[in-house]
Amino acid sequence: MSGFPTLLYKEVLRFWKVSAQTIGAPALTAVLFLFIFSHVMEGRVRMYDAVPYAAFLVPGLVMMSVLQNAFANSSSSLVQSKMTGNIIFVLLPPLAYWEFFAAYVLAAAARGMVVGAAVLLVTLPFVEIEFRHPLWIVAFAFFASAVLGSLGMIAGIWAEKIDQVAAFQNFFIMPLTFLSGVFYSIHSLPAFWQGLSHFNPFFYMIDGFRYGFFGVSDVHPFRSLAVVTAFLGVVSAITLAMIKSGYRLRH
Amino acid sequence: MPAAIEVRDVHKRFGEQLALSGIDLEIRQGEFFGLLGPNGAGKTTLISVLAGLARPDRGSARVMGHDVRTDYRAARRSLGVVPQELVFDPFFTVRETLRFQSGYFGVRNNGAWIDEVMRHLDLASKAEVNMRALSGGMKRRVLVAQALVHKPSVIVLDEPTAGVDVELRQALWQFIQRLNRDGHTIVLTTHYLEEAEALCERIAMLKQGRVVALDSTSNLLKRVHHLFLRLRLDGELPGELRPLEHGSTAGAHILRLKGYDDVEQTLAYIRRAGCRIEEMELMQPDLEDAFVDVMQRS
Repeated sequence: MSGFPTLLYKEVLRFWKVSAQTIGAPALTAVLFLFIFSHVMEGRVRMYDAVPYAAFLVPGLVMMSVLQNAFANSSSSLVQSKMTGNIIFVLLPPLAYWEFFAAYVLAAAARGMVVGAAVLLVTLPFVEIEFRHPLWIVAFAFFASAVLGSLGMIAGIWAEKIDQVAAFQNFFIMPLTFLSGVFYSIHSLPAFWQGLSHFNPFFYMIDGFRYGFFGVSDVHPFRSLAVVTAFLGVVSAITLAMIKSGYRLRH
Repeated sequence: MPAAIEVRDVHKRFGEQLALSGIDLEIRQGEFFGLLGPNGAGKTTLISVLAGLARPDRGSARVMGHDVRTDYRAARRSLGVVPQELVFDPFFTVRETLRFQSGYFGVRNNGAWIDEVMRHLDLASKAEVNMRALSGGMKRRVLVAQALVHKPSVIVLDEPTAGVDVELRQALWQFIQRLNRDGHTIVLTTHYLEEAEALCERIAMLKQGRVVALDSTSNLLKRVHHLFLRLRLDGELPGELRPLEHGSTAGAHILRLKGYDDVEQTLAYIRRAGCRIEEMELMQPDLEDAFVDVMQRS
């Protein structure tokens, strides 16, 4: 039998056991973002001509939480295990490369989606929101969190200290997230920045996700899905190659 | 029948440092084998190569006939390793830790064996305790249990009794000897040479990444021809015997003699000096003497 289900279960249990910190805290942060931004911006802008700003913001905040938490799950698990040395417990067993990869990525996706659902749930009483295409919502939440789970693995394997994971998050993940249209539609940007946004894969994650709620988006959801899944393919290939080569895991 | 462990011409370098320099070693199935050497001799690196934690620059290693690189899943399934470092996952209890480790090896519904391992290692009362709350000795027991959950054919223990109290040491060795009798191959590294002498049938001594001695424990002991004479005198040690003095304990002198013939001559010197012998003991060389002897000559 395969060791994959156990590793997946262990990784899920790991964040579930400290859910106040891994689920509650990000949900609270998202609600604060919602209150502050919607209070400041409400009445000043209407997105896609008809959507109030607070309603537009909610899917952005949900996706931001999904991305950040999926990344945090795999990166912190790996870097902590490496620093404390207990990574040996998963390096000694006969786990195949793909099993190792899939367990960490799926657990990260689970955390991302659970946090996303929690954020959505706590914002619902304050904002009226539509769910036009639920399948698109789930699909983008899953693929986006898988991408970030995989990026988290890359960061966790590469980093030798917690600071290095923080640097990866602060200088790479955060800028790409904030510049992807979490708080705005890229149509409100000048032409140059609008063009540049199309090179940010995170933009497609949020845009496609928002389509699931409002049935309106900056680009067609199929195009977004194609970009996100292609990006997932590239990031997964890099992660698998790192695991297979033993980079910073086996000496 | 394949060897439990087969290492051929393994070289491993970490930066400038050559950790393993052409190791050749074969350990038969069912053996209780000792791997000895000073710090930095390469013992842990060799274990890491067997476990797939380190990759050799040259050469090959097999566990139960399975190459640790090309057939790594079968090799790892056959191997249980107790690491030297006291590592643990602070998120989980003892039972969770053991169930997970068993699951990683693809062995599920393993509760009966996990309970048995915990009982033998006196861990049963701590089963539901978080790993963080355990003492160092208890954490060490969990590491031993983790290495045994999948009933591996070959069990490698890297300094398993470092910092462990006498009671556990005895319980641990009884359990490991039982596993050995049941057919498991045991590979042990330890700094307690009396443990190795009492337990291991064969021993390899490593120095600077090379095997400098490989023989049965009894043959290694036979290689040491000298013996020791412990003497407590009512006066000074005669000058003629000073060059033979190897050490002293609690006011007694320990002399290193080339053989039994030297005993008579030693006693003659003492008589001539007018000393009286208050206490005398003839001591056979032990594995520590064999170890020092090999290390000095190699």
